[in-house]
Amino acid sequence: MTMAAAPAVPAGAGSYLHWGVISISTTNLLIIVAMVVLFVLAILLPFPGADEAPPPRHEDLS
Amino acid sequence: MTAGFRSAGVPAAAGEGARGRRRNWTVALRDRLTSLVPPGQLLPDRQPVYVASWIYVFGVLTLSALTVVLISGAWLAVGGATWWHVSSLGRFVNSLHLWSVEFFFAFMVIHLWGKFWMAAWRGRRALTWISGVVAFVLSIATAFTGYLSQSNFDAQWISTQAKDGLNAVGLGAWFNVLNPGQMLLWHVVLLPFAVGVLTVVHLVLVRRHGVVPPLDADGGD
Repeated sequence: MTMAAAPAVPAGAGSYLHWGVISISTTNLLIIVAMVVLFVLAILLPFPGADEAPPPRHEDLS
Repeated sequence: MTAGFRSAGVPAAAGEGARGRRRNWTVALRDRLTSLVPPGQLLPDRQPVYVASWIYVFGVLTLSALTVVLISGAWLAVGGATWWHVSSLGRFVNSLHLWSVEFFFAFMVIHLWGKFWMAAWRGRRALTWISGVVAFVLSIATAFTGYLSQSNFDAQWISTQAKDGLNAVGLGAWFNVLNPGQMLLWHVVLLPFAVGVLTVVHLVLVRRHGVVPPLDADGGD
């Protein structure tokens, strides 16, 4: 049986950032930062067509 | 014939009230489902004006990502481990499964942040919040067993790192991370079923109680 070609030497562990007991990979930190940015933008950016929406009916708020 | 229908709990004539019906489990279940989500609220075609915000989009984004996760996962189950390791299409579907999970968690966490800071448990929505939290925890367990089911060195490494912790809390006898067959079955049967049920419960509760209004909305609580 022919084995699939696989790298003999695994890829490097990547870069890690350390602050005392805290250790996090740069990739994971960037993903978290991107999520926070996305969250802030979702709150701040206007939603398309939001101004044209009709006022809510009473039962919508019950 | 009519008597047969009546014994099955179906009203003999349209408009017959609850007083004229037999009380059996079929009628009780139908009444329960009808009262759970009143007609017209299961798939509403309009929403309150405050829903017109990007922060309200992340729930359905999470659901969309979960759909891709389930489809790509089912595809991997059909192909098998050799296929997803060796063939080009298998590797693509494997990557699709991984990245849809990444987006699923990113969207779900942003959805969680948004709901946490608008106190989404207000207005008798505590069970909606709790079902979401449980679905989140079960999703983490599902992702963890997914890492253990890759059938590669990563899976071996993660399982040996995790076994001591799980054994220390007494779970090792029923949840043995060194048993790849058991982990695969947890990943493709038990946990997805649990996440699916929790997701349906969560959505039904959202439909039943409505989307939570912002903190400054009138009449929201």
